[in-house]
Amino acid sequence: MTDSILKITGLQKSFGMLKATDDLSLDLRAGEIHAVIGPNGAGKSTLIKQICGELAPDSGSVEFLGKEITALDVAARARLGLGRTFQVSSLAMEYSALRNVMLAVQSVQGSSFKFFKSLAADQPLRDTAMHCLTEVGLERRADICAAQLSHGERRQLEIAVVLALQPKAFLLDEPMAGMGAQGSQRLTGFLDQLRQRAPILMVEHDMDAVFSLADRISVLVYGKIIMTGTVDQVRSDARVREAYLGEE
Amino acid sequence: MGNLTIEYKLNVSLVLLLLAIPAIALMLDEPFYITLATKVVILALAGVGLNLALGLGGLISFGHAAFFGIGGYIAGILASHSLNAELMFTLAGTEFDGTTNMLVIWPLALLVSALVAVFIGYFSLRTKGVYFIMITLAFAQMIYYFAIAWPAYGGEDGLSIYVRNQFMGLNTLDPIIFYGICFALLMSVLLLVSKLKNSHFGSALQAARQNEQRLAAVGIRPFGIKLTAFVISAMITALAGALFADLNRFVSPDMFSWHTSGEIMIFVILGGVGRLFGPVVGAGLFILFEYYLGGLTEHWALFLGLVLLAVVLFARGGLVGLIAGEVKHD
Repeated sequence: MTDSILKITGLQKSFGMLKATDDLSLDLRAGEIHAVIGPNGAGKSTLIKQICGELAPDSGSVEFLGKEITALDVAARARLGLGRTFQVSSLAMEYSALRNVMLAVQSVQGSSFKFFKSLAADQPLRDTAMHCLTEVGLERRADICAAQLSHGERRQLEIAVVLALQPKAFLLDEPMAGMGAQGSQRLTGFLDQLRQRAPILMVEHDMDAVFSLADRISVLVYGKIIMTGTVDQVRSDARVREAYLGEE
Repeated sequence: MGNLTIEYKLNVSLVLLLLAIPAIALMLDEPFYITLATKVVILALAGVGLNLALGLGGLISFGHAAFFGIGGYIAGILASHSLNAELMFTLAGTEFDGTTNMLVIWPLALLVSALVAVFIGYFSLRTKGVYFIMITLAFAQMIYYFAIAWPAYGGEDGLSIYVRNQFMGLNTLDPIIFYGICFALLMSVLLLVSKLKNSHFGSALQAARQNEQRLAAVGIRPFGIKLTAFVISAMITALAGALFADLNRFVSPDMFSWHTSGEIMIFVILGGVGRLFGPVVGAGLFILFEYYLGGLTEHWALFLGLVLLAVVLFARGGLVGLIAGEVKHD
């Protein structure tokens, strides 16, 4: 598949006897939303960590934009354009919402080793960051410290930060977690638009969101992908029902 | 905004107070106060160095005595060779003499401390928390024992500098002139650190303290940021060490000891971690305690300990935080 933005091949990761990732292969194609679902303990977080570089796989490879990135660290992968959000919001809590986004903008500019240029007086950088906040509807909360934002607002802020990175692919770890019905709905609409900017690989528990957004779904059980297919294929698959949707 | 203004006013008052000290001392006919104030200024400078790593970067270095001592020994070694008219060493046919010129000593102290800090930082910054504290302590102690065991430069007895080093033809033995040199350096470094704090680099550094995972996720490698801060921090403390050697006209391995690291840390914590003028307040209070309470009782450190305890328990922002309120990022 030549239009794979992200391609994972034969990924293996064990913790002692536990095979958290078992010969896992999947890809992310241009313009699509690819959702990874699976019951708790299926190895979704372990997978995300290996893709973004927090965890090194025992074997297998991760290719991004045709480049092997398995040996690169988190920061290098982010600079290549792999924009990830966290399952539990991970922000600079003492910084305002705007400054959290500004950090991403300065990274894209590669200006983190400017020792004397005042950040607060860098108007273009501020404007760029503000633009990203506006996109997620957080512009009126720009000056609020991240620690004082609500849970939902922090999730929005994470998205604004990742937008500022202008990524070539989004890697979203349970973006709907704890968003509430209204918030989830809004975010679903937003992500629907977002796929035009860059493809999205997301791990998600919220089935309504997954079924309405995903172009393809991969079902992860005990570290293995038992099937990849369209929403309809996944819904009607007997193995998936047994492993995951059985109770619904 | 109101809080920022209070801290600004406090900082300005401190600068004015430091400026006025020579006049006050002369008025009270207590010239010794100038020497005392010089000590405060030099120790504050050492604290400003540590505060960059500890306050902004969250790097709890318990080994900054290493850099303080390096600065001191560079001043001492160069001066002793020069004063004894001995050759220092010969390299590739070129002869290197010692010197008593501060304008040669300082850059050399900055260079050597930077190299050592790159080495120490490269290894210790791979660890976190208590391990980082222990590794930095271990490196400093290694240098301490090396200094003790190095007979060429006094070993355990240390090294005397008979005359204060030279600065642009001024009479550096005049307490007011030496105080002026130290004060000017402290002000320059404070200006530099305040620029650094508000710069792009400062933003990344303070983000590294708050959340390294976040910094890496936006594509900035925390290690490089922290190592850079650690090196700059070490250089500032080394500069203070060189001045301290000149103040006492004597260097000893004590400058490398863990007591020194602890004292520098106390300046920072007393005054206010991460506050620009925190170490100035901290060092000032420390010397006041040492001088006045030390004159009354040998156990003055006990009272200092109680104050430190109170600050840690009730005033996390140190004395500056107590007066000016909590830090606010825009």
